Amino acid sequence: MVNLGSALAIAGASVAALGAGMGSAKGVGMGGQAAAGVLTEDPSKFGKVLILQLLPGTQGIYGLLIAFITLTQIGVLGGTAISSTWEGLAYLAACLPMAFVGYFSAVQQGKASVSCIGLISKKPDQFGKAMILPAMVETYAILALLISILAIIGIGSLR
Amino acid sequence: MAVVPVQRIEVCALKTERKSLLETLQRLGVVEITDAGEENDIFSRQDFDAHEARLKRKKQTVERALEILKEYAPEKSSLFASLHGKQEVPVERYDAFAAERRQVIETANRIVQLKKTIDEDRAERQKTMQQADAIAPWEALDLPLNYTGTKKTAAFVGSLPGQWTEERLYGEFAVCTPFTVQILGMAADQTFLLILCLKSDGDAMYELLRAHGFAKPQGNSRLTPKEQMSAYQVTVAAYEDEIAKCEEEIKSLAPWREKLKFYFDYEGMRAEKYEVLGRLLQSGHTFIVTGYIPQTTAAQTKSYLEERYTVGVQLSEPAEDEDVPVVLKNNGYATPLESVTEGFSLPGKGEIDPTFMMSLFYYCLFGIMFSDAGYGLIMVIACGGALLIFKNMEDSTKNFVKMFLFCGVATTFWGFVFGSFFGDVVDVIALQFFGKEITFRTPLFWFSPSDDPMRMLVFSMVLGLIHIFTGLALKFYQSVKNGDAAGGFYDGILWILLVASLVVFLLSTSMFTDMLSLNFTLPSVAGTVGAVIAVISAVGIVATGGRESKNPGKRIMKGAYSLYGITSYLSDILSYSRLLALGLATGVIGTVINQMGTMAGSGFTKLLVFIPVFLFGHALNFAINALGAYVHTNRLQYVEFFGKFYEGGGRKFAPFKENTKYYKIKENVSW
Repeated sequence: MVNLGSALAIAGASVAALGAGMGSAKGVGMGGQAAAGVLTEDPSKFGKVLILQLLPGTQGIYGLLIAFITLTQIGVLGGTAISSTWEGLAYLAACLPMAFVGYFSAVQQGKASVSCIGLISKKPDQFGKAMILPAMVETYAILALLISILAIIGIGSLR
Repeated sequence: MAVVPVQRIEVCALKTERKSLLETLQRLGVVEITDAGEENDIFSRQDFDAHEARLKRKKQTVERALEILKEYAPEKSSLFASLHGKQEVPVERYDAFAAERRQVIETANRIVQLKKTIDEDRAERQKTMQQADAIAPWEALDLPLNYTGTKKTAAFVGSLPGQWTEERLYGEFAVCTPFTVQILGMAADQTFLLILCLKSDGDAMYELLRAHGFAKPQGNSRLTPKEQMSAYQVTVAAYEDEIAKCEEEIKSLAPWREKLKFYFDYEGMRAEKYEVLGRLLQSGHTFIVTGYIPQTTAAQTKSYLEERYTVGVQLSEPAEDEDVPVVLKNNGYATPLESVTEGFSLPGKGEIDPTFMMSLFYYCLFGIMFSDAGYGLIMVIACGGALLIFKNMEDSTKNFVKMFLFCGVATTFWGFVFGSFFGDVVDVIALQFFGKEITFRTPLFWFSPSDDPMRMLVFSMVLGLIHIFTGLALKFYQSVKNGDAAGGFYDGILWILLVASLVVFLLSTSMFTDMLSLNFTLPSVAGTVGAVIAVISAVGIVATGGRESKNPGKRIMKGAYSLYGITSYLSDILSYSRLLALGLATGVIGTVINQMGTMAGSGFTKLLVFIPVFLFGHALNFAINALGAYVHTNRLQYVEFFGKFYEGGGRKFAPFKENTKYYKIKENVSW
């Protein structure tokens, strides 16, 4: 059988960066639109709305992180080359939580951010609460990140 | 670590001293005014709304004048303007300002007026230029636009759609010969022309022209287009001249800026004073101020007022059911976090101020999530430097900067503990530029989370357990303080026992310790003891969880439901895994940046590529992870920690004080 291991593992890394990155791009984009609306009324809120806009941006970073850790394990940026198709498949599977949860949580977090930007425009003193509500969504991205990291590092120790 | 007790204060004073007394109270800023007492035959409230509105209008005029000044004579302001704080001025300056008021408001009005003139002139100039544009195509005509001919001839001035030549015109209009045509100009889709023909042919010519879409120009001036043009130019020049003059005058008024700012604050303070005045009960010769005052300053304020005025000051304890405002007081270490507590909610009735206990964890959790010594040092240097240079910072800004200073210290510490300094920059530089393979470690080094993530996960959860137990212990403490020790035991201590004993039980099973790759397993005796305690405390929770219900059946059901809350403890503890995830994110991305920086070139070129990649990459990583660490530290405090004992709902103490923007009037008082 042909060894597709490296191809599959790289596909995994790409999917993680793709999914999470796309989600963050969408979430941050939505936040930016809402933030611009608020700024037309009150430019002094820039600092606050910027933070809220950036909140869904972390998933993209997590995706990058997973992609990078994978690449450093499979001989692309270090580590040893993959010997079998099954091993590559394992890496692909390990990347999936980050890819999917990253995408959906970033989009949903973007929606929460948009609403909280609206909140800030009416009640700027409620910033603390407005920041926490979108951060709740991120919990699930963090859990996915955790599983992806542990799995990827775990595969290394299986070899 | 405390909520400062608040007392009621009542000041009864003479009306002759009303202005001075209220100004003193405003500058002291320690009393929150309340509307107490009913109006009666002697005491009544007066309406000062008109005064207040008038002052606010003046304040707006000055604000507008300041904006205009900023537009025409921009002030040099540094990037750190917001760190400078307000300038302090003595009371004498405030009192003396009354004499200058008139002149300042006149200047403000003048500036606003000048700006209005500029705007109007600009609009007029624009209009004139448009008119000039409209007649520009007719410039070659040396007759007025509405010229109709002489006694014997008829003249037509106008435009025809399309491109026409003289030949074509003579051809098309041959019926009306003799006539003469002069083409005055061409535009993309029309031709401007003058036609002269015999008066007798005039109507026929007009019909022909109309059939071709002839249009007469607007305007009935007796001047030729050229003369009109130059008249317009003169007008435009006059407007421009006036605009320039007005702008010059505005610029020449720039030295008034400081006085305008002072006036802005001055009238703002007066407006607030009138607002308070309207709420006071007044008789023929006296008036009464009622309000709340923090106990810490009550006695001093009382004696200070009594020394200076003919007043009666009475302090008393507020009644049990009063909606008393909340004042927090903490030590220098925890004070910066009061704003975090406030961001959630201030302590409600019977609740403790959680700020100090939170501060024990806050900086630490931030440090673990950000965990890079390089980034931490940057924070320490930037915040420490700002505190040293800008001594006059606003309190809120100062606290914010201090908070990040402490966070920076913690970040530096944990960065060294986990061996991260701008990622692994020391190793990378040593290897790439000096060819030496080293691993940079300080004596603080414990382990590297990216090499041993399970260990970091366990550490995060242990910290989480401590955090949660502290919250539950505070629940117990709070209940004891409110005279409900039993309730505190049921809702706090039983849960600590249950969770702790479950942990002990799990640690005695090899399955669990293997999973967490721990190198020890507790003896089975400990496990048995743990299990027994867990069962006892679970029974206790079922028995007491629904104790407010009288019905025994309902009580047990509710108790069982509250035991179900154990699932939330599981998710709470897992939630601390973000310490690992965010910490790894900072460290690994830092490493990625360093690696990317050294991918291109060799020798000196490598260095040239490395430096910008390093600076830009780490700046980005710093920003995004600092934000993440800040947000998630708050989350752990608000949800996991406060969720155990704290509800909030208190109202912030809002004293009658000087809400100024530019200046701070300093009362001559030393406490």
